[in-house]
Amino acid sequence: MPGFLRAIAPTPFVTVQDRGRQGWRRFGVSASGAMDPDQLALANVLVGNPPGEAGLEFAFAAGVWEVGAGQCRIAVSGGAFAVAVDGVPVPAFATVTLRRGQSLTIGAAPDAVWGYLAVAGGFVLPDQLGSLSTHARSGIGGFAGRSLRAGDELELAAERAGGRGERRIVPPPPPAGPIAVVLGPQLDRFTEAAVETLLGTEYRIDRHSDRMAYRLAGATLAHRGGHDIVSDGTMPGSIQVPGNGMPLVLMRDCQTTGGYPKIATAVTADLPRLAQLRPEAALRFRAVTVEEAQRLRAHRMAALQRLLRSIPHRSATCVPVAFRPEPADRPESAERAADRPGLAAPSGG
Amino acid sequence: MSPAPDLRPEPLAGPPAGRAPPAWGASAATAERPSPAAGDGPRSRPIGNPAPPRFRPLILPVGDTALTVDFGDAIDPLRNRAVLALEQSLAAAELPGILETVPSYRALMIVYDPAEIGFGPLAEQVRARLDRLEGRALAPRRRWVVPVAYDPPFGLDLDELSQALGLPAEAILSRHATPAYSVYMVGFAPGFTYLGGLDPALAVPRRASPRPIVPAGSVMIGGQQAAIVSVPIPTGWYVIGRTPMRAFDPDRADPFMFRPGDRVRFRPVRPAEFARLAALPADELRILAREDAACQDF
Repeated sequence: MPGFLRAIAPTPFVTVQDRGRQGWRRFGVSASGAMDPDQLALANVLVGNPPGEAGLEFAFAAGVWEVGAGQCRIAVSGGAFAVAVDGVPVPAFATVTLRRGQSLTIGAAPDAVWGYLAVAGGFVLPDQLGSLSTHARSGIGGFAGRSLRAGDELELAAERAGGRGERRIVPPPPPAGPIAVVLGPQLDRFTEAAVETLLGTEYRIDRHSDRMAYRLAGATLAHRGGHDIVSDGTMPGSIQVPGNGMPLVLMRDCQTTGGYPKIATAVTADLPRLAQLRPEAALRFRAVTVEEAQRLRAHRMAALQRLLRSIPHRSATCVPVAFRPEPADRPESAERAADRPGLAAPSGG
Repeated sequence: MSPAPDLRPEPLAGPPAGRAPPAWGASAATAERPSPAAGDGPRSRPIGNPAPPRFRPLILPVGDTALTVDFGDAIDPLRNRAVLALEQSLAAAELPGILETVPSYRALMIVYDPAEIGFGPLAEQVRARLDRLEGRALAPRRRWVVPVAYDPPFGLDLDELSQALGLPAEAILSRHATPAYSVYMVGFAPGFTYLGGLDPALAVPRRASPRPIVPAGSVMIGGQQAAIVSVPIPTGWYVIGRTPMRAFDPDRADPFMFRPGDRVRFRPVRPAEFARLAALPADELRILAREDAACQDF
């Protein structure tokens, strides 16, 4: 009998996410994907998956889950979420092997919004348009194109998982400081004062924020020549300013095109950090050049690779049924990473 | 340059009995082409001409992984054709580092991998192609004839639109079913198809109160645009009919029916034919609507 993970009392926004779908924007399909892709990669590599394997993403907490059959090795990342197995606390950023009938409860984290639950071997789900990511608004991907509900059962791709040696890391603290943005593309649709305000004042994350967009509360930004533009392409990170002058940052589930002027774009390197800001949290922006933004991105990717390589990489202890090879994603062997600076000491095994 | 080609659509299968036939070659066809040089020909035709001003698009960063080539903040067929010509030119070049392109009314967004190509070098590549854009032929356009049922209950807002425009429903129907539309872009939602070429007499501000949901297949008018709805959405546009065609069907081999640059005409059908077509398998229905698949007569 195949193993499965059953939702007993899930929170409202648990969805299957991987790194998103690419190549379908021209047909109006949002890329979707993990709000904090680095954290998804971390949970995956902990359980021995390729970094881009699909996992469960949740907001604030994941609720109660149960292993209905088989067993599975799991890891939770994203923040210091209160994880418990049959009521016994276990650490986040660590693997734990769940056996049949055991319950997994994931409660709140003080320091994060988006958390990730990875299972060794991944889930048995059909990909849609090249990805398992859920875009609930259009009913694409994931588990029936929607967030998980009580009673849903996710089939596990690995026949058995776990066994020797659990793994654990202590993730480095996320960087602090203002969120970097590249100004434009519709800079000409804003007054100079609007740009100064965006870069010089504090904003707060509004409670009405979701995977599609984070609304910001703070000083209004004045348009030049009206607030309607002929629709053009948008990206996660695009900072749109609608008629009320209050900026909103488009996130992973954003529409592919939009008709509001975009004053700036939050850079790739800082978008996960922005995503993890809790409602009412304060933030500031700073402007960087495209070239600087691309350097930040390269640094962040290199730092992630170092972190992933620090995770002991053993021979697989699970037998994948539906193996999806992603050779480019496979972390390098742990030997090379053994002495790297800045790594948390792996404690397991 | 060659004179403007005759854009008038061939007669369709015909409107429902008792309704006036569409006025062929009405203002809609010319509305889409402000200049005779627009050359909206049946097949490959060069874009750009001495008559319209040459576009000097701006190349602007969209963060660190995308840029936009902006042809100007306006909806017109020349801009849109320039956008599509640039996209095709880039696709043919197969430049390393370009991950995907997103054409819209007036701009081409290029998503790229900065580890493979930087903003500056990519902008240079784009500029080089912009210089050679004039005279570049567009790929052959695919042509669709889309059946639409306008009768109740499909034309949800036909009466309301009739009052707003001061036009009888029959006139709206015939003016809507007359022009050959161009797919300007697909966006907003998967497969949501924006059409240019609406008869200016049908231009109308959005409804005062948006509908919380309209079904997939809804055929709508809003502002100076027409659209085909692909998934259930909320909208303030006027729903004047419904097609059994599925613009987006994730389980079909080719999930998206319409691509930017396609030509679309509407064929009025009765509810009975709507029901018959709606019962067909998605792939069969799709083939039937390809005008160039010799299925003019359904």
